Amino acid sequence: MTPTMGLNQQNAFQLEHVCRHYAMGGASIRAVDDVSLTVPSEEFLALLGSSGSGKSTLLNLMAGLDRPTNGSIVAAGRNLAELNSLELARYRRETVGMVFQSFNLLPRMTLEENVELPLRLAEVERNDRAARVREALEHVRLTKRMGHRPSELSGGEQQRTAIARALVNRPKILLADEPTGNLDSATGEAILTLLREIQSHLGMTVVMVTHERPLAEKFADRLATMGDGKLLSTTPTAGYAQAEAKVSQ
Amino acid sequence: MKLRDMTELAVRNLREAILRNSLTTLGVAVGVASLVAMLSLGVGLQQLATSRLSKSGLFDSIFVTPKTNLRGPGAGPPATRSAAPKARPLNEDAREELTKLPNVIEVYPQIRFFTEARFDGKPFATMVAGMPESSKASGSFDGMQGNFFSAANADEAILQAEFAKELNPQTSSLIGKELVLRYAERQALAAPDGSNEGGGFSVVPKEKHLRIIGVVETEPASGFGGFGSGRLLIPLAVAETLRAAQVNDLRDVLRDTSGEKPAYASLTVRVKSPSLVDATEAKIKEMGFGAFSLLDASKSLRIFFSVFDLLLGIFGSLALAVATLGIINTLVMAILERRREIGVLKALGAADSDVKQLFFVEAGVMGLAGGVFGVFFGWLIGQTLTLGTNIYLKRQDLPGVQISSVPWWLIGGAIAFALLVSLIAGLYPASRAAKLNPVDALRYE
Repeated sequence: MTPTMGLNQQNAFQLEHVCRHYAMGGASIRAVDDVSLTVPSEEFLALLGSSGSGKSTLLNLMAGLDRPTNGSIVAAGRNLAELNSLELARYRRETVGMVFQSFNLLPRMTLEENVELPLRLAEVERNDRAARVREALEHVRLTKRMGHRPSELSGGEQQRTAIARALVNRPKILLADEPTGNLDSATGEAILTLLREIQSHLGMTVVMVTHERPLAEKFADRLATMGDGKLLSTTPTAGYAQAEAKVSQ
Repeated sequence: MKLRDMTELAVRNLREAILRNSLTTLGVAVGVASLVAMLSLGVGLQQLATSRLSKSGLFDSIFVTPKTNLRGPGAGPPATRSAAPKARPLNEDAREELTKLPNVIEVYPQIRFFTEARFDGKPFATMVAGMPESSKASGSFDGMQGNFFSAANADEAILQAEFAKELNPQTSSLIGKELVLRYAERQALAAPDGSNEGGGFSVVPKEKHLRIIGVVETEPASGFGGFGSGRLLIPLAVAETLRAAQVNDLRDVLRDTSGEKPAYASLTVRVKSPSLVDATEAKIKEMGFGAFSLLDASKSLRIFFSVFDLLLGIFGSLALAVATLGIINTLVMAILERRREIGVLKALGAADSDVKQLFFVEAGVMGLAGGVFGVFFGWLIGQTLTLGTNIYLKRQDLPGVQISSVPWWLIGGAIAFALLVSLIAGLYPASRAAKLNPVDALRYE
């Protein structure tokens, strides 16, 4: 099992006065401005907001792809601002998995090779890799397409492959940047259903950026709404379990 | 990331842009080929020159003379000279003593005398030289018309080409014909005390019938340690039995040599290898003889070829320098094309060093492949030049030569050099790729 820096019984994320400012020309752009937010372990949080509201920038900061200008992000008990680039790479490798709007699969690799890529980066033994890849693909029900290339898959299948790739190193946190943005509504809903199932099954924390409020309300535990770089509100939803219960009634 | 995974990914990446990467690798191969071809010519020519010169006997030979022969104008006024201790004569006893020295292969006298040869009833003035058996391996007789002497004491003659043309412009028709050597035989006169030694000598005209068996361009080591190039070459053993009067005979008579055996003007001492020349030369000098060798010239030759190889290497490396720019260009292009992929790798947990190493390995693979192909192409160029040269030499009726040589150190060195140069070329692109901001890279379309 990959070490996950002691996530049990603690918050997945603790953001304190996080700022990310850019200098553009002579002006200073406040992409994220004084955001404080706590994400408990095993929560499904949706970051909502219009384009340019700063939600993707905030997700990148939580993913360790970018560093805040001010404030602190404590993820799994460690302040990301204090990690050097090697430690940050290890954090991205072992603690979080990422899913993108445009899937970001490597086109020249087969589905199996794409999913295996994080295992190569984590230096997982070759003998263990096939089983780990199969396990991840079983979660997204794509074991029969292992030898195919991304161009031979539908958008939904590509996103499921990307989810499998994000899961293969068994992270405790999944960060998804508009995972349904390039999909039709039915496929998008199917992807979020899958994401929610995996989250419940594996006990993961999910932070998802989206601008589709209905989907967010249906699948997330809580909504965090952003505007002009600021966190405007955090609202609990009725919850996925309750929604499921309503569907079954 | 582990090296095996890194290499697999690098090779996969290189295969993706197969045409561009193949052309870049070909550029490296051409650079290495030019370097290898240049150096193989340098090495080949050096080996050719060294082997020719060592076969000629110039560098493993010591030329021994009686010490007085070396006394020149600086030796002092005549009064001082007459007072100098008597020099040790270079006679048969001395020859035996020299033969017994360690590492000495053979000791033979320089026998050459000016005389007349009659061919087809006409007289021709010429210089006769005695050739030891070992001169066959000197290389001078390679590709000669006819053959070398059939035996050490055969009554046979080999003519120098220019002399042969004087006898008959169609030199090949001379082979098998006979010529008559007219020479002056030295006969010892009885000394006043009745002994056969020290009484001077008389000169008796004699004739020797010789069969022409070959024609050669030049005498081996001609003009060195003797009195001019031999134009009519006969076996040394035959030359010794002739007891022909030589240039130094008159001088020996004028000197006080009474009581001594007939002396040689000079002896040639051949040792097993050029490295033994110095020590043997010193021993000969200790024995009281004058001695000198051409070893210093051999050292100069090595220095010349070292500089020659260096210059060839520099010119050869120019093409490799251009190929280096090709690698940099290819990898920088690859960074632009794979910007998003680099972002994905970083998002999945690749460290900056992983990205850097990936580009480094890609540069290394291109360098290694270019190096291997380049060595092969370089060898091929060398062989083609050798082939062309030999076709030209054959048309000139000259023996073939190997002008290029690709030794193991050149193969290993060229591949290692290509790899090193490629890695250096990969430094900038790899570091640029590693520094890419993953957020910007992921946003790149």
